[in-house]
Amino acid sequence: MVLSGTWQARAGTIPVFPKDGLPKTPEGHLSFQTSGIQAWDTGLIAFLWDLKRVAHDAGISLEMQTLPGPMRQLLELLPEAPDDPVHHKPFRIPFLEALGRRSIASMTEVGVVSELAALTAKGAVQTVLGRSRMRLSDLLANTSDAGPYALLIVGIVNFLIGAILAFVGAVELQKFAAGIYVASLVGIAMVREMAAVMTAIIMAGRTGGAYAARISTMQGNEEIDALNVFGIQPSTYLILPAVLSLIITMPFLYLYGCLIGMLGGFVVSISMLDITAAGYFHQTITAFGIGQFIFGFVKSLVFGAFIGLTSCRIGLKAGRSAADVGIAATRAVVVGIVGVIAIDAIFAVIADVLGI
Amino acid sequence: MPDQTVLSLRDVTLSFGPKVIQKNISLDVRKGSIFAVMGGSGCGKSTLLKSMIGLLRPSAGEYRVGDEDYWAGSDAHRTDLNHRFGVLFQSGALWSSMTIGENIALPLQMFTDLKPPVIRRLVELKLGFVGMLQAIDLYPSEISGGMRKRAGLARALALDPDILFFDEPSAGLDPITSARLDDLILNLRDGLGATIIIVSHELSSLFHIADDGIFLDAKTKIPIAHGSPRDLRDTCTDPQVHAFMHRERDDEEGNT
Repeated sequence: MVLSGTWQARAGTIPVFPKDGLPKTPEGHLSFQTSGIQAWDTGLIAFLWDLKRVAHDAGISLEMQTLPGPMRQLLELLPEAPDDPVHHKPFRIPFLEALGRRSIASMTEVGVVSELAALTAKGAVQTVLGRSRMRLSDLLANTSDAGPYALLIVGIVNFLIGAILAFVGAVELQKFAAGIYVASLVGIAMVREMAAVMTAIIMAGRTGGAYAARISTMQGNEEIDALNVFGIQPSTYLILPAVLSLIITMPFLYLYGCLIGMLGGFVVSISMLDITAAGYFHQTITAFGIGQFIFGFVKSLVFGAFIGLTSCRIGLKAGRSAADVGIAATRAVVVGIVGVIAIDAIFAVIADVLGI
Repeated sequence: MPDQTVLSLRDVTLSFGPKVIQKNISLDVRKGSIFAVMGGSGCGKSTLLKSMIGLLRPSAGEYRVGDEDYWAGSDAHRTDLNHRFGVLFQSGALWSSMTIGENIALPLQMFTDLKPPVIRRLVELKLGFVGMLQAIDLYPSEISGGMRKRAGLARALALDPDILFFDEPSAGLDPITSARLDDLILNLRDGLGATIIIVSHELSSLFHIADDGIFLDAKTKIPIAHGSPRDLRDTCTDPQVHAFMHRERDDEEGNT
């Protein structure tokens, strides 16, 4: 075989050696004449590899010594009959089976999260008894991140929600000369629903996503394995401070959100309607009883625990690559937001039954 | 031209802020040689490698690639020069969201005008060199550490670079895999005519493959010896280097 000219893949193409390019000749030999080659790169080796495979199938042996040293050395690295690549077999599961698997998987997940919650609660009890391995510094760090640092964004969102409620209410209630009831509307809506839900959604996006990303990165770095080997329970060491910090900060953020939301409603009402500040204040405090407050308060506690537990669980379950960290963070945020709204709906039904 | 210099450093100082890592580094890497950067832990081997591949600008000194001043040009110019480099990172540094094949294809897609079938053949070829063809459609998380390293090597070869940098190629590999990797490195050097700069403290592999080198000292923060690992082992009188090359404990130097 005589090769000549320029053989550079960078120039655009690599010629393909046809699969039936060599006749079946057992015991045949093929030698090379390469003096005409001016320049070559790995494109030439790719072509020679083709040839090598075809020659192997045809039973022809190549006289490697007729190739220049570098080409020979590269070509010798390459297998003449390479193994087939491992493929991911796309396999299809029948619909019912898929549905069943999904259902079992989600039930299992509920079980695992409950177990994790139980472990975390156990860790909390041990902490109270002074036998736990949770470090106070971790709790403080988590709490300051989930509390004071979240004030600004929680404030902005709740202020705007209160203002929007007041706008909507003012436009409609003014028609009935009932402008003063904007105060009741904003007050009840904030205390009963909006402050708790909006704050929880913000915390799910902000803190839940961060927990999931951090724990899944630790997972990828084998840090969780290291904790387990030392006998340090990740549920006590990592998850308890995370969940606890949300349980501690959420009620405060809820109260703060209520106040800021009412302030938003107040600003809009005073500027849009013919209401005095004292009138708005009076109407607000007579609008709802302590029961509404407790209802919102309990909800915010539950939301905090839910966000903390699910995001930590998602982080622990994540795979070990960089892409998996992104998936875990996204999933934590989505599950957090959807879950908060779903739990809120359950609370609404319970409240309706109990007549709160 | 066997003695043509491909890379050279002149009085280079490396530092992170005010903290000096190494100073007065001068070295010449000959074309086609395998150049070893040696030294104990924390002496700045990897930092030197980092600066040679353009990730860390030296605080003083000159770095030349071929006959061009590496740091004098624009960023775009440096990127062009970097296409002459192939880097094997310590743990492979494969992009985890892509299959092995896609990892190797990415530079080819970005920097050449080749058609997908041609790229596919080149990817298969590079994986064939390192004996990993069967893993072309797997993700990095599905293969072992040694395979990841070999796949990283295949990716380093993607653009047919003439200068290869290896950061601890045999770290974390078993002796057999590591010896095979050494042979592979020699074959690739001879086959591709590439120049190789290797950071390692794996003595057996250094003695086997490297034919030139530099020894960095962690305490004085300057290079204390130049030469091939074999020569340093047999002739160097510096107690530090002697201890390193003969695996002696560095109790208090020179009490032997």
